[in-house]
Amino acid sequence: MTPPRKKKLNLKKRYELMTRGLDWETSYQKMDDVFPYDTFEGIKITDWSKWEDPFRLTMDAYWKYQGEKERKLYAVLDSFAQNNGQLGISDARYVNAIKLFLTGVTPLEYQAHRHFAHLGRHIRGVGPRVAAQMQSLDELRHAQTQIHTISHYNKYFDGFAEFPHMHDRVWYLSVPKSFFDDACSAGPFEFFTAISFAFEYVLTNLLFVPFMSGAAYNGDLATVTFGFSAQSDEARHMTLGIEVIKFMLEQHPDNLPIVQQWVDKWFWRGHKMLGLVAMMMDYMLPKRIMSWKEAWEIYFTEAGGALFEDLSRYGLRVPKYADIATDEAEHISHQNWSIFYQYTQAAGFHTWLPSDEEMAWLSEKYPNTFDKYYRPRFEMWREMEARGERFYNNALPQLCQTCQIPMGYTEPGDPTRIGFRSTEYAGERYHFCSDGCKDIFENEPEKFSQAWLPVHQIFQGNCGGAELSDVLEWYHMKNGTDNMDYTGSPDQKQWDAWQSVRKRVAG
Amino acid sequence: MPVVALKPGYADAVEIRDKKENFHGNQVVYLHWEEHLSFCAATAFPLPPDMPFGALVEQLIPQYYGMHPDFGLIDWECVEWKIDGQQSTPDMGRSLAENGVDHKTLICFRTPGLNGFKGSCS
Repeated sequence: MTPPRKKKLNLKKRYELMTRGLDWETSYQKMDDVFPYDTFEGIKITDWSKWEDPFRLTMDAYWKYQGEKERKLYAVLDSFAQNNGQLGISDARYVNAIKLFLTGVTPLEYQAHRHFAHLGRHIRGVGPRVAAQMQSLDELRHAQTQIHTISHYNKYFDGFAEFPHMHDRVWYLSVPKSFFDDACSAGPFEFFTAISFAFEYVLTNLLFVPFMSGAAYNGDLATVTFGFSAQSDEARHMTLGIEVIKFMLEQHPDNLPIVQQWVDKWFWRGHKMLGLVAMMMDYMLPKRIMSWKEAWEIYFTEAGGALFEDLSRYGLRVPKYADIATDEAEHISHQNWSIFYQYTQAAGFHTWLPSDEEMAWLSEKYPNTFDKYYRPRFEMWREMEARGERFYNNALPQLCQTCQIPMGYTEPGDPTRIGFRSTEYAGERYHFCSDGCKDIFENEPEKFSQAWLPVHQIFQGNCGGAELSDVLEWYHMKNGTDNMDYTGSPDQKQWDAWQSVRKRVAG
Repeated sequence: MPVVALKPGYADAVEIRDKKENFHGNQVVYLHWEEHLSFCAATAFPLPPDMPFGALVEQLIPQYYGMHPDFGLIDWECVEWKIDGQQSTPDMGRSLAENGVDHKTLICFRTPGLNGFKGSCS
């Protein structure tokens, strides 16, 4: 007689018991008191059990997979460090792209960790609650792996040392910071729409795919490694994003206008923030992969177009001003690089003018705009540099009340005029770079009238003083080291010294 | 549109961050030289409301815009001014306030015939 086989739960049953089975309806306390955050936004949920978990992953399995990934990741990072991987990058100028990326994005990963932890406690439905818990851990892991990369580059290059401090203070880092502060101070459904759907589903490929390929092209294995390690997590996050949207739209027809307004808002905010990535791709990589315009066509126009066609069965339409954003893909990288070039004295990374070869590449990639509008600007600056009169903008720029970027964007259809928009709220005047940013303000003036605009804060005396040197000190930016042009920087001198040693050794 | 907030009375508790009184007697004024976009955005200054408008032309604008190759060619008699979007002929001897410049006013100036490096609006 054979012994009876041990009964083993199938995957589905086991998953149910390990997630849904751990939840209960409270009886001593009202559910609304236990979960106070998930109703005030007006999103109506009639049946939480209809939530389909995109990844049927239990916490123990999650732990196992992530542990394996960590072991591989840190092995690669260690070998990068031991083999002086920083010497294998295309050029030290490349590191400036990484400075901007890591000082801008790493603190956002940490913010995402914190807020998903909040949702992992406060969402009533157990399915999304578990998903938020896992994502919270993912985000903490991403912050840690990026900090390890920062830690390595920080030994050899300037501009990394004060990244958490800078995140809370520096004028251009207020752009990503305010983006995330806006999401975290919203309700849970808006946060999901902002971060999980608009950012991680609709726009994430524009951040990760071209940027990680850029890192690979430029020999930056440290960045490629954390990118790959994050990728399988990102796939899960994207699926969470699309599931949240479908769930809200399927639960109640009243949810549609609320969701549509959030999609419009967060698409526009994401588009403006990704302008920083546009500039990295077109101006900062010594070896380029594709232009921002090409990336936008592939990852937004084509992929996003298919997505919104699919979502149209719920009544959701393409985000408002998507056509304007597509038009801006011809301009945004050039305009943003112009901003940083003229404010190099207050940037935590180095700047430069594009070389002849780089300008030829830009002409080829931007036949409609580069030669006509932007090449003359760079040529003028080059002439001024040659005369020893390098162009600095010594006044502070007007900032958009919503996106907090200097108002350097031009009118749709007319690249010779700055687009100015303004409105009044409670007797005060507010300025915006675009209709998209103005609409966002007008939908929530109570929130955005409290915006911490770096330029106004300097004028109010809250940033260390009125002089540039005072403000840089308050930013913890080292004048003459972290800022200014790449040519003549300590980074460049160090790199040239390394290269000459290598040439000598190689004979 | 009613505010969507968790806390009752949120809208009444809002503290507007950039009120005029937070700027120590100054008001924020924005300046923009049209068709010269090498200056990437309008510039911002905290200025006393009783400062004469002429001081913009004599001091501030030359200091911050003087390095542009077009600057020396400006005929100030022909400059066209816009204050908060309205065509205006400012009285240089009178104050900013008397010329209708208020907190967070945008002053644009256009220099006919001069439109940036090689006519590129840069």
